[in-house]
Amino acid sequence: MAQTAAQHGITAHTEGAWDATPIQTRSERFTSAEVADFAEVSGLESVWKFTPVKELQDLFNSELDGSRDNISVDASAGVKVAWVPVATSNRGVAGLPEERGAANAWSRAEEVLEAHITGENQTLTLSRSALDKLPRAAHTVITAAPHASGIIVLRNTGDAQLSENVEIVLGDGADLTVVSVQQWSNDAKHLSSHYASVGRDASLKHIVVSLGGAIVRVNPSIHLNAEGGSIDALGAYFSTSGQHIEQQVYIDHDAPHTRSRVTYKGALRGEGARSVWIGDVLIRQSATGTDSYEQNRNLVLSDGTRADSIPNLEIETGDIAGAGHASATGRFDDEQLFYLMARGITEEEARRLVVRGFLLEVINQIGDDSLEDELRVAIEEAIESDLSNS
Amino acid sequence: MTSVLEIKDLHVSVETEQGTKQILRGVDLVIRQGEIHAVMGPNGSGKSTLAHTIAGHPRYTVDSGEILLDGEDVLEMSVDERARAGLFLAMQYPVEIPGVTNSNFLRTAKTAIDGEAPSIRTWVKDVKQAMENLRMDSSFAERNVNEGFSGGEKKRNEILQLELLKPKFAVLDETDSGLDVDALKIVSEGVNRAKENTGLGLLLITHYTRILRYIKPDFVHVFVNGKVAEQGGPELADRLEEEGYDRYLVGA
Ligand SMILES: Nc1ncnc2c1ncn2[C@@H]1O[C@H](COP(=O)(O)OP(=O)(O)O)[C@@H](O)[C@H]1O
Ligand SMILES: [Mg+2]
Repeated sequence: MAQTAAQHGITAHTEGAWDATPIQTRSERFTSAEVADFAEVSGLESVWKFTPVKELQDLFNSELDGSRDNISVDASAGVKVAWVPVATSNRGVAGLPEERGAANAWSRAEEVLEAHITGENQTLTLSRSALDKLPRAAHTVITAAPHASGIIVLRNTGDAQLSENVEIVLGDGADLTVVSVQQWSNDAKHLSSHYASVGRDASLKHIVVSLGGAIVRVNPSIHLNAEGGSIDALGAYFSTSGQHIEQQVYIDHDAPHTRSRVTYKGALRGEGARSVWIGDVLIRQSATGTDSYEQNRNLVLSDGTRADSIPNLEIETGDIAGAGHASATGRFDDEQLFYLMARGITEEEARRLVVRGFLLEVINQIGDDSLEDELRVAIEEAIESDLSNS
Repeated sequence: MTSVLEIKDLHVSVETEQGTKQILRGVDLVIRQGEIHAVMGPNGSGKSTLAHTIAGHPRYTVDSGEILLDGEDVLEMSVDERARAGLFLAMQYPVEIPGVTNSNFLRTAKTAIDGEAPSIRTWVKDVKQAMENLRMDSSFAERNVNEGFSGGEKKRNEILQLELLKPKFAVLDETDSGLDVDALKIVSEGVNRAKENTGLGLLLITHYTRILRYIKPDFVHVFVNGKVAEQGGPELADRLEEEGYDRYLVGA
């Protein structure tokens, strides 16, 4: 915290002025657990400039309800789950907020949901389905003991106005899959910051599937701060009329021989459907032998949508195994439709085929059959409900 | 019964930024199942327009005339209905479909055309065999439809679909352009195989006579300025090879 306070003195005043400096190295971004350390959000800040901040003022500024939220827990034998008061919790081990929305949640949360995983092939599902529309804060810390392995699913449905912080800490050699699925109801608002710290030779698969909700912003920051750590960061989203789906992915390579693969794919359809993907990859001087690749692909299914896709690659060492990025936003156009229909496929089936195939390409990389099936169904449902509404 | 595809006095136009442009000016063609008709003509004469109009591309407006398949009004059918009725278009510029694997696409198309899913075991075998015949690496099954395919690979993929979907009539729009001699042979073999296996009727659109060495037409139609300027047997192609299209263009 001392370091945070010191940084605060330097950076607090420049927070809103970041846009004036074209490039700011990601590692120097101000962090703090205190909401008061961040200026009010204007929408000009680099972290907010694509987000409809007007509609998020309650999450930035109000006294969020930080009591235990209504979350149901389903855990296997090797997983210990407990609510812990913030004062005695182990939070803060994987990262700190970089913006006001996350900091407000951090400051207001009263208890932390801690899950500790030991042993192999463990499972944990945390489901939120019975929140209300009042603004609230949540904090979750997931820790995996050395060489532990398992799958964690964060499943979000129903109403919500939620700002949350999720910390994920992998001990040495741990192998964890963490999925956050957003199938909120239509007017839900959700800000979520994930911070992961990946131990030596540990491997994290992190998946964000955002399908339902008015504003859904899930920002994973993955710190590869021990040698041989690996991250597969996957994402699939479907933004329909009036939806804003955003993800800012940060991969911080801060140890030798770390590996990252980032693949986010999204489809957009309908007036005002929006998506934002920002992918920052930082390869620090310490991260020799790093192998990194990030990509974002968007499929535009109609007029009136907007997809922002911004990859950033910062490399501070000359000794890397590979680093690349790709970003593409393409239309499902009339020629594609004609081609598929000219093979006997009906128009509706053609559209479904294209969107489904596009998004499932991400899901198919997860490597767990039952989880893949569940997410496949979620995506198919989103496609069906969109088609039946159009 | 031998199926027949009839095109009668077809007039087609397209909307352009400069206004309506008339392209087809009274096309008459009758193709019976089992026949091979070559349509040859210079660039811009309207060959692709004819092909797209048969398939039902929405950009082209039929101003007058008829297309009948065994007496049924094709112009009343949607694009997918035409395909299910037995018409196939191998496109001059096949479209890339991101996110859809070739194998998924082929199975979906086959299911749509047949009205029921093909039996998995025979289908997998058929696809594999057809790909081998066309010297397509098996990896093409799991790649996205036409995405990143070379020009020649796209054309082979069209013929792969032709062989698997087994239409009554196929329009091949410049399937030969952009192919080297080896690829041309492979593609032509595929077309001949499809004809042997299913007895389909072919409308072979081409700019060059080269492909006619491998696929023997029963009839040759010279297409100029939106209509058939002359028709005859295979010997007409030989004459075109020697003289080119100049003779027709002078008159046009
Ligand atoms: N979609 C279109 N929009 C505008 N002009 C077109 C379109 N399709 C064809 N044309 C015009 O119609 C004429 C015939 O084109 P096309 O049918 O492609 O000829 P071909 O296949 O014989 O080369 C050309 O002059 C072409 O520019
Ligand atoms: Mg053409």
